[in-house]
Amino acid sequence: MADVISPQPSRETDRSAERLKRIRDGLSSRHAREKRFRAYGLAAIGAALAFVAILFVMILSKGLPAFTQATMTLDVFFDPAIIKVEPKPVPQQGQSPAEFRRATLDWERQVTMVNWNRVVETAIKNAAPDMEVDTRQALSIVETNERFLLRDRFVADPGLLGKTIPVDMLGSANADNWLKGNIDRSLPDAQQQLSAPARALADKLLEEGKMRFAFASHIFTNVDSRSAPASAGLAGAFVGSLYMMLVVIVLAVPIGVASAVYLEEFAPKNRLTDLIEVNINNLAAVPSIVFGLLGAAVFINYFRLPLSAPLVGGLVLTLMTLPTIIIATRSALRAVPPSLRQAALGLGASRTQTVFHHVLPVTFPGILTATIIGVAQALGETAPLLLIGMNAFVAAVPATPLDQSTALPVQIYLWQGNENRNFFEARTSAAIIVLLGLMITLNAIAIFLRTRLERRS
Amino acid sequence: MNKDTVMEPNAMQLPSERIVERSDLYSIKSSTVRTPDETPLPTRVKAREVSVFYGAKQALFDVSIDVPERAVTAFIGPSGCGKSTFLRCLNRMNDTIEGCRVTGRIELDGADVYDPQLDVVELRARVGMVFQKPNPFPKSIFENVAYGPRIHGLARNKTELEEIVVGSLKKASLFEEVKDRLHEPGTGLSGGQQQRLCIARAIAVSPEVILMDEPCSALDPIATAKIEELIDELRANYTIVIVTHSMQQAARVSQRTAFFHLGILVEEGPTETIFTGPREKRTQDYITGRFG
Amino acid sequence: MNSAIVAVLLLVLMGLAYQIGWSRSHGVAPTGGRLHSRPNYHGALTAIWALVPALLVFGLWALFGDTASRAFIISNLPPEVSSLGGQELEGAIRRIRQIASGFGVVGETQPYENLAGQALREFQTFSFALVIAAAAGLGALALFAARRRIAPQLRARNEVERVVFFLLLACSAVAILTTVGIVASLLTEAIRFFTFVSPVDFFFGTVWNPRFSSVGAGSGEYGLLPLLWGTLMVATIAMLVALPIGLMTAIYLSQYAPAKVRNTVKPVVEILAGIPTIVYGFFALVTVGPFLAGIGQSLGLQIRATSAMTAGIVMGIMIIPFISSLSDDILRQVPRAMRDGSLGLGATQSETIKRVILPAALPGIVGAFLLAVSRAIGETMIVVLAAGNSPYLRLNLGEAVSTVTVTIVNQLTGDTDFASPQSLVAFALGLTLFAMTLVLNVVALYIVRRYREQYE
Repeated sequence: MADVISPQPSRETDRSAERLKRIRDGLSSRHAREKRFRAYGLAAIGAALAFVAILFVMILSKGLPAFTQATMTLDVFFDPAIIKVEPKPVPQQGQSPAEFRRATLDWERQVTMVNWNRVVETAIKNAAPDMEVDTRQALSIVETNERFLLRDRFVADPGLLGKTIPVDMLGSANADNWLKGNIDRSLPDAQQQLSAPARALADKLLEEGKMRFAFASHIFTNVDSRSAPASAGLAGAFVGSLYMMLVVIVLAVPIGVASAVYLEEFAPKNRLTDLIEVNINNLAAVPSIVFGLLGAAVFINYFRLPLSAPLVGGLVLTLMTLPTIIIATRSALRAVPPSLRQAALGLGASRTQTVFHHVLPVTFPGILTATIIGVAQALGETAPLLLIGMNAFVAAVPATPLDQSTALPVQIYLWQGNENRNFFEARTSAAIIVLLGLMITLNAIAIFLRTRLERRS
Repeated sequence: MNKDTVMEPNAMQLPSERIVERSDLYSIKSSTVRTPDETPLPTRVKAREVSVFYGAKQALFDVSIDVPERAVTAFIGPSGCGKSTFLRCLNRMNDTIEGCRVTGRIELDGADVYDPQLDVVELRARVGMVFQKPNPFPKSIFENVAYGPRIHGLARNKTELEEIVVGSLKKASLFEEVKDRLHEPGTGLSGGQQQRLCIARAIAVSPEVILMDEPCSALDPIATAKIEELIDELRANYTIVIVTHSMQQAARVSQRTAFFHLGILVEEGPTETIFTGPREKRTQDYITGRFG
Repeated sequence: MNSAIVAVLLLVLMGLAYQIGWSRSHGVAPTGGRLHSRPNYHGALTAIWALVPALLVFGLWALFGDTASRAFIISNLPPEVSSLGGQELEGAIRRIRQIASGFGVVGETQPYENLAGQALREFQTFSFALVIAAAAGLGALALFAARRRIAPQLRARNEVERVVFFLLLACSAVAILTTVGIVASLLTEAIRFFTFVSPVDFFFGTVWNPRFSSVGAGSGEYGLLPLLWGTLMVATIAMLVALPIGLMTAIYLSQYAPAKVRNTVKPVVEILAGIPTIVYGFFALVTVGPFLAGIGQSLGLQIRATSAMTAGIVMGIMIIPFISSLSDDILRQVPRAMRDGSLGLGATQSETIKRVILPAALPGIVGAFLLAVSRAIGETMIVVLAAGNSPYLRLNLGEAVSTVTVTIVNQLTGDTDFASPQSLVAFALGLTLFAMTLVLNVVALYIVRRYREQYE
């Protein structure tokens, strides 16, 4: 017993006891409130994490199956009875390149007039000789553009005439849906997209191993297609996005870094600087669609740049990401200890020398992060691109940044709006996986480089 | 009055009948050099072999001390010596620092402060604290002082609350200066006034012990003098522990002084003894300004 | 080929000028004395001098070269062809350009075409040579002028630095030009719109029915209010979702969570911020919409799959990380002393948060909130996909709505002729949107800035 009973006036002791009693009375409800509050916090975090989880599970579960697609391998006979064309022209003496081109085009036109559907149909019927299907039914399980691919093969190699070769052909979107079970199999004929014999044919081919689910590499190599949805791919959109990212990197990064350097290291404290600062902070919060309006009014309507061109998209995205890059670079510059600048200035280096020789090299990881944040933001942006015509349907890989093109997020927008919902929901999710994959890769590269660079310095 | 001839605790003469039981402080193994009071006061807070770790780093080594009631105990020592760390153990403010671990035993009126059953809310209501920098809440002067009574439900009604607030402001000798602007923000006061507001805020909960962590380090000499005067007045009703880096302040306001160095409680005793005849060389060096 | 020659010329000129400036400055360096600027600055300055005139020449050529060659072709055409207008003249010019390039044209060529093609070819070779010569000559002249200036006391470094300074300033000006561009383009096009429709009808009209531009300019009603109403409805729902979840997440992460939890949860929540909005739109359309409709059905309520509620909730999810990371920053700026003061009085952590930390952080949180609202009303893709697009003034959250942003997209995609009120209205809407977000942003940024200064 080390306690010491102190002689206190009893009135004071009473008051003290009363006070303690009051405190103790409130304790349990106060602790209950504390627990509840903490639980709200946990619940909020749980909700936020759950949203992330649901989003990813939904995208992955819908999108991953789209990376494999019903594909059949058929023996295709290039039947001279069907393919009746002249020999392919060769360049002749005294012919101008333009004339040769014209002769070639004429020949190709002839090839196109061939009934390639017959070729495809024969190949399908030969694969399942005991099935009773008519022409339409047989052709409904194969993607419509396969006949053009056969034609292109023939154009490239006219020597195929009279030969039989195995050819991989994509199943049609409807066949793919049916075989993957995306459509309720018990629905009556009237609600099925494929006729009963066609469904049976598809099932039989799958059973016999002539049809299988193969990795859908064409998602990466093909361009968008409306008539042949199963063969639609992201190549055009990907290259379009790539051009835009190049424009952003070439323009936004140097301009952004230069502005940040100016504001952080050189700008005198005056009205103009204040104005630029407020302006940049505000621009960072301007809705992206407003930049789209700017692009439509200035680049398209005033400068008459072409609609749907990645160059214009890149310019709009440059203006949009510029504030992000400036703000991120500035905070990187601000993190450089003033002692470094003072040391350099103290040795007689000029302001410019200090910045370019000492400050910027140190901030390189920060600038890299800023760049990637900006590029990732630009990569995922959709709304402004819709206003400069990038939502046009383009079935070609753009050769230059001035050609018509779409972009990855716009392609997602276009695909989600496709009428063939059953098929394109998965396709859209697959495109989203590709887009998110790109963004995650970008960020991972940034984190990797930053840690390496920071460790080195 | 000076007891520096007494080296062996057991041989110590107890000059007063008021001590019911002799403190066990002198029987524990410790490197601390101790000088008891001539007329020892009852102990309010008792610490035994308290060590504090921040992660793997030990900041305090086996500190044992008794804090007497209704007196001012000063902790002095160079910065980083662990005096503030120890002070913050007394009302478990160290709990709020991630990775901080306390071992040993601290008792308030015989009850273990670090007992898991003990409610830290109640403990802090009984052991109040005033911080280094005045930290009034961004509320009115009135609301600042009323904060504690409100959260603890100390006032039954508005009149009672007003009584407590006015009483606390008076005890903190601030009332006269602010009585016309009780509903203006507390952050609008001068530094010294802000610190007195913080003291009033602590008093409003009627704690038994008040811990002060360098309360004057951010203040000018005049404000400091006022606070010191106030501490002296408060001594009549409260047990006060003050951490200070100013030896003059310790000498002016405290009755007992403890000198910390490198996480060790080097010497403790009546303030006069510590400042006029320290028995440890390190204490001597410190108070004469050899290091600090 | 031509651009490669230009690039090589510029590179050679630059390298040569740098080298000459560098060695010349070495040459003039007084023995024992020193140059004002190091030789590499002299080199850089000489290079700048040499490049600027060359670049000017190429710039002029890029701007007017095409016009010149066109004028040359027309002057070489027989009068009966050059007097043709429009498409036929363009066709003739194209043919001649093809002949000149050596690719040839399809069909018989007219003798005048061959002549003109031949002439054009010579003209092109000649003009290109002339441009190259002019650029090289002027560059060389400037180079030698710069070389003559080199002297020990020449402040080459200062001059180079001044050039760098103005380049940096010019880059910063891009941001201002962007704002000017936005305001100017929105204003001019909106004013053109207001020549068709009176501002009163636009800003206070309660019916939105612009019809199609083929019907004509005069028909159609352009009332802003239904769109504004939809925008506010969706934004309100979004904030009702995002504010509690975002703020509580920030509070928990900044006040309760140990560092380990914080360092894992925070990046995961911020993943939500990096997801493109089109993905949220798809999520709303495919998952959230049907889910809400299902819930509505089981409760006996009519909730459409694409509705204000669907768009609002998903937009709220999108904004959670925005609010949580902004609030987290702000809460962490509240001084620790404030928190300790309250805990030291015996307040529980939640009492400290509710009564001290939140009030102290309130201005900052209000700023974050306003920024989030500005984001919500400017968000486009989620509402395009999930709000349903039906511009009526009604309160039912389960019904489809339309917003300002959706309408901008609808009116400006497809045929844009910039002459009909149907597409011009997009700019009036854009102006409204810009004005609203501008006010919100400026107020919010001001509050946040003041808040930061308070605790710095």
